[in-house]
Amino acid sequence: MSAILSVDHVGVRFGGLVAIADLHFDVQEGEIVSLIGPNGAGKTTAFNVMTGFLKPSQGEVRFRGTGLAGLPPHAITRLGLARTFQRTSVFPDDTVFDNVMIGLHRQGAAAPRARLLDTLIGRAGAGERRLRARAEALLDWVGLAGRAQEKAGALAYGEQRLVGVALALATEPAMLLLDEPVSGMNASETRVFVRLIRQIRERGVTLLLVEHDMPMVMEVSDRIVVLNYGRLIAEGPPEAIRSDPAVIEAYLGQGSAARRAIAEAQQSAETREAAHA
Amino acid sequence: MSRLLPFALLAGLVVLPLGLSASPYLLNALITTGILTIGAMSLNLLLGFTGQLSLGHIAFFGIGAYVSALTSLGFDVEVGFGTRVVHEPWPPVVGFLLAILAAGACGWLIGRLSFRVRGAYFVIVTISFAEVVRLVALNWVELTQGPLALTGIPAISLGLPGLGTWTLRTKLQNYYLVLAVGTFCYLVVARLVASRFGRTMRGLKENESLALSVGINATRTLTIATVISAAMAGAAGSLYAHYLRIIDPDVFLFSTTVSMVIMVVAGGKGTLMGPVIGGLIFGLLPVGLRPVMAPEAQWIVYGIVLIVILYVMPRGIVPGLAKLFTRVRPARPVPVLDASPMVPR
Repeated sequence: MSAILSVDHVGVRFGGLVAIADLHFDVQEGEIVSLIGPNGAGKTTAFNVMTGFLKPSQGEVRFRGTGLAGLPPHAITRLGLARTFQRTSVFPDDTVFDNVMIGLHRQGAAAPRARLLDTLIGRAGAGERRLRARAEALLDWVGLAGRAQEKAGALAYGEQRLVGVALALATEPAMLLLDEPVSGMNASETRVFVRLIRQIRERGVTLLLVEHDMPMVMEVSDRIVVLNYGRLIAEGPPEAIRSDPAVIEAYLGQGSAARRAIAEAQQSAETREAAHA
Repeated sequence: MSRLLPFALLAGLVVLPLGLSASPYLLNALITTGILTIGAMSLNLLLGFTGQLSLGHIAFFGIGAYVSALTSLGFDVEVGFGTRVVHEPWPPVVGFLLAILAAGACGWLIGRLSFRVRGAYFVIVTISFAEVVRLVALNWVELTQGPLALTGIPAISLGLPGLGTWTLRTKLQNYYLVLAVGTFCYLVVARLVASRFGRTMRGLKENESLALSVGINATRTLTIATVISAAMAGAAGSLYAHYLRIIDPDVFLFSTTVSMVIMVVAGGKGTLMGPVIGGLIFGLLPVGLRPVMAPEAQWIVYGIVLIVILYVMPRGIVPGLAKLFTRVRPARPVPVLDASPMVPR
């Protein structure tokens, strides 16, 4: 196995605020890895760095050996690294089918000249027909075939997530980053989604997810990377993470949200004192 | 019915002059309205389908007008270092094509310049560009005659093989020329919007981050859209120059851009028929009002009509009527009409 994605001592600062202090980990080809950590730990920031939406203040991200520094998001997608978004995962005013068609915009292209001709005379050329078939197959595969002609913005939250996944898959990625894919989904939707994640992996796509749903993370991941205050505090298979004292301290063992909040408040007070000292 | 509307309108516009060929005044109003409507259609490609507001759109129109006029008039100017550029007059049709190319090239430049930052910056760059071009037209007297205007611009003539040339001198001929160019532009926009490229434009407008994340190159897409839009405006400008036969730097008036924006917004931006409907209403409003009030007072009515339209139908006439239409017959379980049923699927 070789590393498909390497996050090499990446740091992100917004002015004086340190969002990520020093993040260093690899994802191997074919793995399902989860990035977890309390709110504000820097998970989404890490995603944004990996996909070119943010420039790191230090370090670099490499995908299949190519440094991503300075590449715009669309170029990174074209290298085969796709992502989904936490909240706005669809093109709201288009139908679900057209959403996927937008995602397929670079696939199965006919020769440019034939395409221009097709565009001018309004013929659904061979390329276009292939795309439509692909879009239908993709929607069928994620389980949205029945919703194809509905407006994406009118779908339920969970279904919008599926559209987002279909869109990302339409770019034919080698690796897919999922940003909190099951938040807002109920238990049965989550179960279906876990199955979908496994199927995506079976198609040869490596997966990295950011997620808060711990049972889901434990169930689906080969490996878990734990972030806290912009630092990596643990890394390993689910069983090891479950019993890792640093992780329990920071996050998992804190049971109720209130206790976690208290712990976080204490910790941040401590760091502030430490900073003053 | 919504699919038939463009055809019905086209048929109506084709037979319309037969009823009023005796009225050069009305024909003139229709021609200028048609030319402005082509401008509005080109603006709609940017404002409606990519969400970028070009407030200097008249620059492309004016550049088209001047390039076309100068190509067919010829010029002899000194460009510095003692070099003179002399150009012999070429046929107006060549001017028309060069106008399209020149305006498109300017669109490319403006797109490259401003789409790295977009939004408000694009608005500012386009306004400034229009003002710069207007000042050049006003002050480069040797080339443009400045405020004295370029006069004696020849009418467009079409060379028909075997039949000699056919010069479009009458208003009726010009009317059909504008109608033909307008129809062509409408078809280009319609095809473009329904194409793969159209999907990338829509994606960028609806959710830019997501569009980037599926590999859409924002700068490239928006620049191409600007080039096509500018080229179309240039074609309209060329028609204007060869129809009026005289142009001065007033073709760059900011208020003309505003008129085009009003046409697009009132008709329904992001719809194919919107700028056409808006263009016809606001282009022909002065004709209807002329018998009853002074030109100054007409502007007030203009404003009131716009406010009323946008109050009743915030997204414009075409989406407003489409919504009304779907509400009247809700029972049919056919695929739901979306907000822009004019877009062919």
